Amino acid sequence: MSEVIKIRKGLDIKLKGEADKIFIKAPRSKTYAVKPVDFHSLTPKIVAKPCVEVKVGSTLFCDKYHPEIKYASPVSGIVTKIVRGERRRIIEIVIEDDGKDAFETFKKGDPDSMKREEIIENLLESGIWPVIHQRPYDIVALPSDVPRDIFISGFDSGPLAPDYDFIMKEKDEDFQVGINVLRKLTDGKVHLGLDADYPAAKAYTGAKNVEKHYFRGSHPSGNVGIQIHKIAPINRGEKVWTVKPQDVVTIGNLFRTGKYDPRVIVALCGSEVKKPVYYKLIRGARVASIVKDNIVQDNVRYISGNVLTGRKIDGEEGHIGFSDSQVTVIPEGDYYEMFGWITPGFNKFSVSRSFFSWIMPGKEYRLDTNIHGGERAFVMTGEYEKVFPMDIYPVQLLKAILIEDIDKMEQLGIYEVVEEDMALCEFVCTSKTPVQSILRNGFKIMMKELE
Amino acid sequence: MNALRRYIDKIKPNVEKGGKFHFLKSTFEGFETFLFVPNTVTSGGTHIRDAFDMKRGMIMVVIAMVPALLFGIWNTGYQHFLAMGVEASFWEMVWFGFLRVFPIIVVSYVTGLGIEFVFAQIRGHEINEGFLVSGMLIPLVMPVDVPLWMVAVATAFAVIIGKEVFGGTGMNILNPALTARAFLFFAYPTKMSGDQVWVAGLGKGMETVDGYSGATILGQAAQGNNVFVNGIGQEFSVWDKFLGIIPGSIGETSTLAILIGALFLVFVGVGSWKIIFSTFAGGAVMGLILNAFGGNVLMEMPFWEHLIIGGFAFGAVFMATDPVTATQTEKGKWIYGFLIGVLAILIRVFNPGYPEGMMLAILFMNVFSPLIDHYIIEANISKRLKRAKVQA
Repeated sequence: MSEVIKIRKGLDIKLKGEADKIFIKAPRSKTYAVKPVDFHSLTPKIVAKPCVEVKVGSTLFCDKYHPEIKYASPVSGIVTKIVRGERRRIIEIVIEDDGKDAFETFKKGDPDSMKREEIIENLLESGIWPVIHQRPYDIVALPSDVPRDIFISGFDSGPLAPDYDFIMKEKDEDFQVGINVLRKLTDGKVHLGLDADYPAAKAYTGAKNVEKHYFRGSHPSGNVGIQIHKIAPINRGEKVWTVKPQDVVTIGNLFRTGKYDPRVIVALCGSEVKKPVYYKLIRGARVASIVKDNIVQDNVRYISGNVLTGRKIDGEEGHIGFSDSQVTVIPEGDYYEMFGWITPGFNKFSVSRSFFSWIMPGKEYRLDTNIHGGERAFVMTGEYEKVFPMDIYPVQLLKAILIEDIDKMEQLGIYEVVEEDMALCEFVCTSKTPVQSILRNGFKIMMKELE
Repeated sequence: MNALRRYIDKIKPNVEKGGKFHFLKSTFEGFETFLFVPNTVTSGGTHIRDAFDMKRGMIMVVIAMVPALLFGIWNTGYQHFLAMGVEASFWEMVWFGFLRVFPIIVVSYVTGLGIEFVFAQIRGHEINEGFLVSGMLIPLVMPVDVPLWMVAVATAFAVIIGKEVFGGTGMNILNPALTARAFLFFAYPTKMSGDQVWVAGLGKGMETVDGYSGATILGQAAQGNNVFVNGIGQEFSVWDKFLGIIPGSIGETSTLAILIGALFLVFVGVGSWKIIFSTFAGGAVMGLILNAFGGNVLMEMPFWEHLIIGGFAFGAVFMATDPVTATQTEKGKWIYGFLIGVLAILIRVFNPGYPEGMMLAILFMNVFSPLIDHYIIEANISKRLKRAKVQA
């Protein structure tokens, strides 16, 4: 094993409701959806209007400013509606499944013998391209760019994280082909970050043509951004690409079979789930298909992703996000609590030891969505630094964004972070600062300025 | 609890927009959030949050000050009866001290919170919790004989000029509690220094035992004495100084009580041990250097003794650690604390005008902390630039 990179700062939030390592094939969902809001800064242009019949892999919409980037339907059926939010922003495109699994065919073949242009063409046509994301900013990569390197984090360290070694079982071949595809896209290397303390899946250990790196430490050691920072940080003007493990498999499968295989494995977890397990399902499935009769109570929040970075799903009728491998269900926290500033708090989770819960270090918590206080100016210092393992001053970076000082943002390292890397800062913040939304706002300012 | 909640929900519409008492919204919210943690839920960003908030953080600091406060109350009584030459029981001392200290606390909180409420109301903000701490710090750094109106004036000055003009808690440059003390120190020096102010009743012509002097240890040292005695001529032992059975500001005398508070602060994770440690280290180093030269009483005083007399410990634990006015970078905290320690001893020893240097040292470093941060952040920036150049 090569050298282990230790992540010394961070925080593991122990929550109740980890998924048991059992696969269940989820029943077919009535509807599926692709959500443009899952992709930052995307302005979609609808291709398949309502009532149009689509197959697996048919284009639903494309990027208005880069029409070559297409987004495909995960099922065959009929587009039933386009859900819009404020200012007619497109939230999701809903497809009613006809159960026929009719599919579009694309090119297949050994990526090693294909040209880079051919590979890109195939990824774009099949609508799989959007799984490739670009850093800085965590937006869908542009096919015209050549990234410095490509990074894959082989594990997830977040709260109730799905076990990727379990998910990646028997995906060896697709994963390898996927890596071979990615290798052709960059002049640099393909890096794979692995957990040093956990026996990795065969797909990982046997993978060739990748540079493996081993990490040890608490969350966010599994975040690809942290791994990039430790392996080869992003400098001004550089671009790297990131892909999630299940998406690498999808890419590999495309080149092996010539089909878009939208099946993924999603862990259903959280304190409000009766039986938390792993589900095999199709991307964009309706939450109801897995949570029906499996939830303890009604006043819950469904999250596509984990509790730190996931996106809220609107009730059981909502759909799971495009690239998420986890659905978390936690109680809503819309209650008042008397004298919260002095109660002993045996059930409260806090990095401070001001609640008596510090007596029980191994305890698993049932945490809710209450903010536990009100928003304030920055007062406490040194809080973020304890959970943010990058050589960056987080508070100063946020302040630079708040005053929209582009030079300072750049100097303080805005290219190296995305929301998930600083999610823990938001969690621990005494002042309840909305760290992730400030960051995203900073990215928007940067992109606008540097266009 | 439910009845109370129902009552609040019933009267709440009155202060909402369009309600009769909308102009009192911040005040209402202040009281409501004091009773109940609000039912707001997360939207966007992280879905769960740490249970720790500003209210709890500030209350933790107040709890940390309780040992120093209780000791101060007892010591007020003890010093008073010692000066009178009257035998008194423990509870008599405590009761006397309570009667003297409690009004100061009340005046400080009422004045400060009153102003906070008014400002929050004008700005339409929620009430900031910062004054919960300042309101307790101010009484603890006052001499017990300070007139109450002075406490009110100083508090008003500190809250308005020290904090609100900058935008409220989190925006201020100087520590508000020290601003209050510095204000009184320069505006009414006779009430804030000398031999007459540290023992309750002394300044008001109370009858004392023959030859009584109420001078503090630093006051005696400034006059060139090298044997420090209490008011009736007995020499202070090291334990007297450490436990705090000496004259001084209400909360500053007992190093032991302050250290208990410090341990609590560091344990719950509110206070920065880096600042506390490096402040003591700075004081010790400066003391050692001065010991090497010698020359006057204070220069020859063993370096560790400097750390247990005067306001050194109190300043290091409760004032220097104020996160808003201290340096914000972790590396900076080492430098900031160390320089406070060094400066405090320097001023104490070399400036005859100010027998105690802690207050000015901290205020001085408050002003310099952004500069320290600036250089530390610049170092980080230039490291990043260098990396980019090497790559390119």
